Amino acid sequence: MTAGQPPILEIRGLRKSFNHVEVLRGIDLAVFPQQLVFIIGPSGSGKSTLLRCCNRLEEPTAGTIRVDGVDVMARSTDINVVRRRIGMVFQSFNLYPHMTALGNVMLALRKVLRRPRAEAQKLALAALDRVGLSAKARSFPAELSGGQQQRVAIARALALEPKVMLFDEPTSALDPELVGSVLNVMRGLKRGGMTMLVVSHEMRFARDAADRVIFMDHGVIVEEGPPEQMFSRPRETRTRAFIAELAR
Amino acid sequence: MEAWSRFLDAFFKPELIERYFPAIMKGVVVTIEVAAAVVATGIALGLLLAVARSFRVLPASALIVVFADVFRALPPLVLVLLVYFGLPNVGINLPSFAVLWLVLSLVLAAFAEEIFWAGILSVPKGQWEAARSTGLNFVATLTYVVLPQALRLTVPPITNRTVAITKNTALGTVIGVGEILNQATTAQSFAGNATPLMMGAVAYVILFIPVVALGRFLETRFQWRRA
Repeated sequence: MTAGQPPILEIRGLRKSFNHVEVLRGIDLAVFPQQLVFIIGPSGSGKSTLLRCCNRLEEPTAGTIRVDGVDVMARSTDINVVRRRIGMVFQSFNLYPHMTALGNVMLALRKVLRRPRAEAQKLALAALDRVGLSAKARSFPAELSGGQQQRVAIARALALEPKVMLFDEPTSALDPELVGSVLNVMRGLKRGGMTMLVVSHEMRFARDAADRVIFMDHGVIVEEGPPEQMFSRPRETRTRAFIAELAR
Repeated sequence: MEAWSRFLDAFFKPELIERYFPAIMKGVVVTIEVAAAVVATGIALGLLLAVARSFRVLPASALIVVFADVFRALPPLVLVLLVYFGLPNVGINLPSFAVLWLVLSLVLAAFAEEIFWAGILSVPKGQWEAARSTGLNFVATLTYVVLPQALRLTVPPITNRTVAITKNTALGTVIGVGEILNQATTAQSFAGNATPLMMGAVAYVILFIPVVALGRFLETRFQWRRA
């Protein structure tokens, strides 16, 4: 569906060490427009670190990362400008507790994009509407369920109209009955053409929504392919063992 | 009943209350002036230092820590005497009011810095990351996301510390600042009776109870978690 177009996110030779422990050991990855790329792997395999390097929440040790053609690592690049184009959703939501849902979504519109209040509010309400929460605009995070909080967090990232969205285990902190609402919002984004890089353990979601699944272990990409292949006929022994472990 | 009237005579003698009421009131005004000035500059400077420290520039942070530790360690009375009797030797003559204001401001700033810093540190890392990931820079993140949360947490300890430090305006008495205690001790030495001191004590209570109550009000007012 995306052949020929340049990738939105392109990672080459990415390495990251914490002190002397190498967490990422040479990652090459390209995410093309409108793709949903899913990253799986055991904990400690470097999935989250990979995601956090993309917007430089972690400083890569080596390698290049390009987002929409812009070299994220370049000295001349203003990381704050690049971050507007990279939405990020966290496992623990990280909503601002002192602001309403609307305030959470409006903050960057006002202070980063410098939109006037009325316009920012309109855009924020539209973003909340896309995650089905315009009715909760005036609620504070503490008054929302976990699933609702995560959807507000998605709206907060979405409002800036990012080129790509990074999801770092977006449903891992949720009660099982709330997971579906968040995944549905993500399905909606996919239908809307959003490019997404997702770290998650929701294998059923990966099967029906992902274009590509990547299996990481010990800081390298072990295997990647379409979901059918990765879940039904994985080539590598390590992938097979991990998938089998999940199925238990 | 003789003991009771002796007690009243020693602490609540009506004619002395009447005679020294104007002096005590003058002291109240001075105390309020010093206290207000100390609260304004002390808290502002403390906040400024905590914000400066959050930039984590090593030499600056180290200086702030040294300042905070020294001014928290020294008894304020030592500082008051040191500045009042020391500075004239290097040609700096500050009025006693200014010395008291300066010293107490620095002491309050030292404590306030530590309290605000603790508040800043208590805001989870995820708040910083969420804000930065939307393109907010460091200062904007601090201003709109971190400080509002940090400051709410610090209202109770800041209030307590502020009350504790402003009560030290009484130290002004040793360098002749005409605040409540100074007026009261002067009156006491003339009258040979503890009534003016008791009046001073009552004045302190009347002055500081509202501040304590305000702290409690702010504490409930600034809670945003309604769970």
